[in-house]
Amino acid sequence: MNRLLSNVVGSFVEAWQELRIHKTRVMLSLIGVAVAVCAITTVVGLGAVAQQSIVEQNERSGGRSATLSLYAGSNDGTAIDPDVMQEFWDTSLERYSIDYASRVLYTTQTVQFTDGAVPVQAIGVDQPYGTMHRVTLTEGEWFSVDDAERLAPAVLVNQIFWDRLGRPDLATHPTTTLLGATPTTAVITGVYPVSVWETEPAMYLLMDTITALTPADQLAASGSTPNYELWVPPEISEDLIVALQRDAQGALGAGTNVSVSRQDYAAYNEDPFASIKLLVGGVAGLVLLLGALGLVNIALVTLKQRIREIGVRRSFGATAGRVFFSVMMESIVATLVAGVVGVIGAVLIVTNPMLQEFISQGMVTDFPPFPVEAAILGLVCATVVGALAGLLPALVAVRVKVIDAIRY
Amino acid sequence: MTLLHLAGVTRTVQLVDAPPLTILSGVDLDVEVGDRVSIVGRSGSGKSTLLNLLGLLDNPTSGDLEFDGRPVKSFSSGERDRVRGRDVGFIFQQFNLLQGRTALENVMTPLLYAQGKQFWQRARIATAMLERVGLGHRLGAMPDKLSGGEQQRVAIARSLVRGPRLILADEPTGALDLETGADVMALLDEVATGSGAALITITHDPAIAALASRHLRLDHGVLTVVGGPVAPVVRDDELATVPA
Repeated sequence: MNRLLSNVVGSFVEAWQELRIHKTRVMLSLIGVAVAVCAITTVVGLGAVAQQSIVEQNERSGGRSATLSLYAGSNDGTAIDPDVMQEFWDTSLERYSIDYASRVLYTTQTVQFTDGAVPVQAIGVDQPYGTMHRVTLTEGEWFSVDDAERLAPAVLVNQIFWDRLGRPDLATHPTTTLLGATPTTAVITGVYPVSVWETEPAMYLLMDTITALTPADQLAASGSTPNYELWVPPEISEDLIVALQRDAQGALGAGTNVSVSRQDYAAYNEDPFASIKLLVGGVAGLVLLLGALGLVNIALVTLKQRIREIGVRRSFGATAGRVFFSVMMESIVATLVAGVVGVIGAVLIVTNPMLQEFISQGMVTDFPPFPVEAAILGLVCATVVGALAGLLPALVAVRVKVIDAIRY
Repeated sequence: MTLLHLAGVTRTVQLVDAPPLTILSGVDLDVEVGDRVSIVGRSGSGKSTLLNLLGLLDNPTSGDLEFDGRPVKSFSSGERDRVRGRDVGFIFQQFNLLQGRTALENVMTPLLYAQGKQFWQRARIATAMLERVGLGHRLGAMPDKLSGGEQQRVAIARSLVRGPRLILADEPTGALDLETGADVMALLDEVATGSGAALITITHDPAIAALASRHLRLDHGVLTVVGGPVAPVVRDDELATVPA
């Protein structure tokens, strides 16, 4: 134990001395490694931000894993009786104890602005939709369970809508007028952010508000039929798809066309980011390999000059194992230092707000912290490269003939 | 007490397309604790091969080589390295100080291969050793800033810092002028005497060889006492049979 400890500490001391003495050469050879580690860590770190961005976008549009979408239509193109459909929907949710489910209806609602009446995209949803699609608001709150009971319906507007109203304070209960057969005053209870490419006002309404403004059969007649979404545990999703399909076919009768499918991003692929990761990882691996080759090259060349020194050390009792370990350690200590530098560089790059903004395109609300696994990966890569690059010189060093090395 | 025992030691080298080359043949030598032995010989006489054997860096082809009463052949490779580190100190003609390290770091080097107190207190021990060779004021000096005599004194401090029982000096004054060489040898002798170590000096300088108490000559691989063949090893139990 004592021998092991002094051996390890001694090797570190030797390696450190060696690095200190050959600062310039070590610096030069390590720049490659530091750059490569920085690249590999940055790529993984940025990948996490990009992934978060893609996940959030996907979850907003397609829902979280696993979101099932149910669509029903009749074969002859006419609308299915909304009451029958609604009854089937309510029964199914109860039968399978599904807590997170929402009707989703994309429609257009005319809204009175100060500069005129404007058709605005309205998304009719049920209360759980906010959780299912991870909707985040910059102001106010998502619909509450009681909002359906309000006399003046609640509406959530996007940033553009809110800007056009002059950004009224939500605490003052700002209202907007929804035009239609019976103009209705709605209270704005929340504001949600938009991505950089969106330019039009839009809003969320509760499904019940929409049907109150326009009766369901009237909506159905105009071709606006809601989509039905359920957020369920991924492991039961397959079975549920089969069950719902069967139930719907039974409840709605012949002549209808029912399709139930997963629509969330995770449904399409084992890992939707695997190909990106593979590509980027491959490039970073190549960079690292080049760095390692440079390191081996320099280590082998300088070893020629060090043979005498190794001979001297052997004559003073350094065992072959110790010489091997020291040369290895020198390489590892050096690359580890380079790795730390590379990881610090990567952290600075990845956490740079401008870069984050560029990658996320304004779509990421929760920036993930710099991923620990990326930093660990960077350090592990550096150490492995150091060990591999040190192996060859260490093997050469062990074969040094002591007296010949010293005398000639 | 016998530190080194060589009996009929032969070292041959296998050559490609030629009969084996005999470098040392039938070498008999006993070195006691505290001995002063000088070995002179011309280039190619087998001095460095003998040094290899004495310093546990090589094995004889045939014959017995014992260190401290144990046959060297029985040592494992690691054990042999550790025994060398602990009990043998080397001094070289070209000093062979490690470049870029201070005098103190050079003297600390052998202690890096030690354990326990010697390892953990290496700075203190090395400092004391350098003070003993009169270089307490040059601890932080780099080898290229030291004179030849100072460098060899650092080398002496380095070879003695672990308190070896055998010091192998290979042309220790070969790179020094006469006066400095004499000073260095005096120091080496003094320090070796102080620690009770045996000193084997390989040299071709008769003046340096003369400082030893036993004088040997190596000629074409055969070791002889200067002026006659080496007396056969006399063991205590054979003493009675030796003619007066």
